Amino acid sequence: MPTLYTQAEKNVRKTWILMTSFFVFIIFLGWLFSQVFDSPFILYFAVIFATFQSFISYWYSDKIVLAMTRARPIEKKDNPELYRIVENLCIGAGLPLPKIYIIDEDQPNAFATGRDKNHAVVAVTRGLLERLERAELEGVIAHELAHIGNKDMLLQTITVTLVGFVAILSDFFLRMSRFGFAREKRERDASQAILFIFAILAAILAPLAAQLIHFAISRKREFLADATGALITRYPEGLARALEKIASYPYSMKVASNATAHLFFANPFRGVKISNLFSTHPPIEERIKALREMSI
Amino acid sequence: MLGILILILLVVIVGWVVAAYNRLVSLKNRAKEAWADIDVQLKRRYDLIPNLVETVKGYAAHEKEVFEKVTEARTRAMGAREGGDVRKLAEAENYLAETLKTLFAVAENYPDLKASQNFLELQRELRDTEDKIMYARRFYNANVRDLNIAIESFPTNIIASIFGFKKMDLFEIGAPEEREAPKVKF
Repeated sequence: MPTLYTQAEKNVRKTWILMTSFFVFIIFLGWLFSQVFDSPFILYFAVIFATFQSFISYWYSDKIVLAMTRARPIEKKDNPELYRIVENLCIGAGLPLPKIYIIDEDQPNAFATGRDKNHAVVAVTRGLLERLERAELEGVIAHELAHIGNKDMLLQTITVTLVGFVAILSDFFLRMSRFGFAREKRERDASQAILFIFAILAAILAPLAAQLIHFAISRKREFLADATGALITRYPEGLARALEKIASYPYSMKVASNATAHLFFANPFRGVKISNLFSTHPPIEERIKALREMSI
Repeated sequence: MLGILILILLVVIVGWVVAAYNRLVSLKNRAKEAWADIDVQLKRRYDLIPNLVETVKGYAAHEKEVFEKVTEARTRAMGAREGGDVRKLAEAENYLAETLKTLFAVAENYPDLKASQNFLELQRELRDTEDKIMYARRFYNANVRDLNIAIESFPTNIIASIFGFKKMDLFEIGAPEEREAPKVKF
């Protein structure tokens, strides 16, 4: 029987692969752009900036996110029921108790963040506590603990940072090339022109590709957390019912933004139908179906 | 040429032995850590029981037989915990759970007791430890199963027998409401 450890180990490996390939990709972009501009400065800048930014966002991700969603911490006496659920599931998952936060929001939703299991945070909305029954709430909390145990935050932060970085780099290049190319046109030969066109193409496509990779990873992690969560509670139906309830809630979340949407248990936005390719969460119907197919 | 080949083969074999050994060590440590979770909750439960007995006594002093049984079962379970034999402990825990059930059944006959804040609080605490024992047990058993599979399956079993890794016992207590693990595909 797989435990959380199995997933965590796999995820650490995947993170390394992802980080390495992203770094290679960024260095390649940097190299390409510095070839065009004839200055190695961009490359150095790219490498240093990428390293620095991933470090900062990994280390402070929890504080930044909690501030953005205006979550407030609670203690055991504030909500002993919720506390017990988290304690029990933590024992079942073999995780230390995370800090528990509540977001004053009517939409039922939740998220987990923090750089590792010893600095983990689980935040739930007021709506989640009000609308869900115990088995459903357990399902949602187990899903969030699965994210912590699977080390999804690590994977997630690093992808977000790297995606953002690719975007910055491309943007930077496109801005510079607008006047740079016009001025030095006479000195260029054919091969350089081809390189230049190639670089522009890369600058336009790279951020899009990076974004799509990020979304694909994010969707995969949601499915995995559902599966691991079901392993912890041994009751996939609870999570499935929670998803149904959340899907039927008609309003968007006020405190969520594009920057934090991927963190949540279910997509916090309502109304806009976006294509699957550009979505951070798999369609709720598919998640419910996957959960109900787990035979017992 | 042959020398180099042999050398490479040797390096691969040694590398594999090291990896297999380390895996077994970490599996064993996980199972032990998981046991610590159960242990904490068992102890908490043993600490709650005297309070519970005293509280019930205050309202139903003449139900001596039940109190004696509970106290005896508790002592037995505590002894089994010290002994460290998982199977014996499971047996003793089952017996303790039975006697506690009788105690609560007796409590049903005393409305004043049932309404007492102290009793309700103890009951809640006890239920909480029982829930936690269930989760801790699940986690422990999952880890022990992983360890046992590694010890039994080829070729890790060679390493396990060389270095004396022993299979560990599952902690099974008869809980009818226990759910089976869903089959999950990753």
